[in-house]
Amino acid sequence: MKRNSWQEYQKEIADDNYYYVRSCIRQNFFPGSEKAFLDIMRNDVGKNVIEEATHTSCTGIGYHSDIVPMETIMTVVARQFALMTEAGFENFTSSCITSFGIYTEMLETWNEFPETEERTREYLYKATGREFKKPKNLAHTSDVMFKHREAIAAKMKKPLINVFTGKPLRVVEHIGCHYAKLFPKKGVGGSEFPYVLAGMIESWGGEVVDYPERRHCCGFGFRNYIVQANRGFSVANSHKKLESMKPYKPDFIVTNCPGCSMFLDKWQYTIAEMEGNTYGQDGRGIPVLTYEEMAGLVLGYDPWQLGMQMHQVDVEPLLDKMGVVYDPAAKYLGPNGKFIGNPELASVNLNCTPTPTMRTL
Amino acid sequence: MTKKVIIIGGGPAGMQTAASLLEMGIKPTIIEKSDRIGGKLNDWHKLFPSFTPAHEVLESLKQKMKEARVITGTTVEQINNEGVSLNDGSIMEADAVVVASGFNLFRAELKEELGYTIYDNVYTTVDIERMLNEGEVAMKDGRTPQRIAFLHCVGSRDEKVNQRHCSKVCCVTGVKQAMELKGMFPQAEVYNFYMDIRMFGPGYEEMYRRAQEEFNIHFVRGRISEASETIDRRVQIKAEDTLIGRPLKMTVDMLILIVGMTPGESNREFSKTNGIELQPSGFVAPADNFTRNTCSNAKNIFYAGTVTAPKNIGESINEGAVAAQQVAKYLKGL
Repeated sequence: MKRNSWQEYQKEIADDNYYYVRSCIRQNFFPGSEKAFLDIMRNDVGKNVIEEATHTSCTGIGYHSDIVPMETIMTVVARQFALMTEAGFENFTSSCITSFGIYTEMLETWNEFPETEERTREYLYKATGREFKKPKNLAHTSDVMFKHREAIAAKMKKPLINVFTGKPLRVVEHIGCHYAKLFPKKGVGGSEFPYVLAGMIESWGGEVVDYPERRHCCGFGFRNYIVQANRGFSVANSHKKLESMKPYKPDFIVTNCPGCSMFLDKWQYTIAEMEGNTYGQDGRGIPVLTYEEMAGLVLGYDPWQLGMQMHQVDVEPLLDKMGVVYDPAAKYLGPNGKFIGNPELASVNLNCTPTPTMRTL
Repeated sequence: MTKKVIIIGGGPAGMQTAASLLEMGIKPTIIEKSDRIGGKLNDWHKLFPSFTPAHEVLESLKQKMKEARVITGTTVEQINNEGVSLNDGSIMEADAVVVASGFNLFRAELKEELGYTIYDNVYTTVDIERMLNEGEVAMKDGRTPQRIAFLHCVGSRDEKVNQRHCSKVCCVTGVKQAMELKGMFPQAEVYNFYMDIRMFGPGYEEMYRRAQEEFNIHFVRGRISEASETIDRRVQIKAEDTLIGRPLKMTVDMLILIVGMTPGESNREFSKTNGIELQPSGFVAPADNFTRNTCSNAKNIFYAGTVTAPKNIGESINEGAVAAQQVAKYLKGL
């Protein structure tokens, strides 16, 4: 990354003992990523992470859509913290960027307006009989992975190096808006040049691509997408970013936000179908990874166990560049070995030289 | 007995203070932290609005104060009733002290969204003065710029970087440099992005008009929100043209940040002395803004130049002359 002063923008990230809360949408979009985070932290890095079935959505999407009132979301957030308190944990880590923004915003609001915290405590107690302590440390799960990036690097099996050329893979990193644009001090590297993903890429051998529309919205944006009439804005924003990054020939995109991964991946399908345009090399789309998938590949996890068959843009060209060994025939087998069905052919994946997987289609 | 006067800072204000004191038969000592006198005037090329070469003004000042004692490479760390403490640990006694320690330039890299020190072709007005002095203005790779954008108010009137004050002289500096570059590169398009154009001095407004009418420089009312680098190392900028109410994106060969003036780095330390107070902006507060502009609340400490507020060179020189008169009047009463 060109700006090398990111060290000036540090945040405290707890070293161990995390209370983990999932995203309400990521398990649909990128179903293997959250499990991969837990597996990597527990098995590869050796950290204590707990998750419980009792936690709920943070209701952030409803809040940002003006459906969930402030008092309600504060009480929901307080309940999540109560679960953490009851489990005996003090470090809270959230898988979703919107949730991370919500937890940060509520803690900051309680700090600025203590009467809102008092009121929330009252609501929570009346509704559930629960009480809570505020987390000692709040981090997004990408922060946690950033914190342990060197431990992961020490166990690296497939660095972010192109095995055919020996050169670093060129990676576009995209940070969710709610990571550091709401509260720049709460993000590693600040809001203009966040370093949370760039740090992982550099530690694992890749090269970060800076391009003119790097800061531009991925195209999700709640009001761009959730309001159906505005969806043209959503795809137009993704289009602008993809056009801007194309000349840099990125090997893949990595994001730390459910919406960013989803839209940068899926809108490539839409643009290819609408306009016949693709943005990757050899006429293909650019694979879009979550940071957990990136870490998983680096550590030698099986791409299908990571859930990468659920991507819209095929990841095989990237796997080949990394020298990842995979079984094309196993791509559409579920965890129990049961065939989950083939997706329909899509032009975003068709302009490429047929991979073994595609020959089976 | 000979009275001792110390002038802290050898920029235009301090030099004129010395010159005026010499005219009145008082031989002062200038303490200058850098290795030469002249202050930032050494770094400027031509001065607005007359395009007078900066070195002519500097030479004139040097001639007038050449009899003064000058100590360079020495920093005043504290001011006290007896004199000043220096960075070598010694104390220099004085009957009166004139604080002419000047200002600092805003560090444009703090506005990191504008890409200074990150991208090749983002410059500050200070860089341009240096390039003009060196005789060559060009892009990093030596190419001739075809499109140049200036951004006003970088580090001025900006709460996000704790610079609420107007630095006053940057507007006219930006217009001056735009005219100079347009003169060097007549084929280039030159844009100035501004939020207000504050042409406060004599001849400034006329210069601003010439910039538009004769030099065809485009003035766009709107701040640049971010700069990014394109694949060919040019600079993509985003702004809003607030007069037509539309967002704007363009790619320029050079983005020049018109940096403001921040309080001198020693102001805070000096304010520990009784009688020296800081304004909320961090500049030193004069005893009043009307009749005692060059006085502190301590009877033997005086001010001249930009230690109290952003000023142009003419104003700083005038204050040097006034401060010298105040010193002489004070010494006479001892």
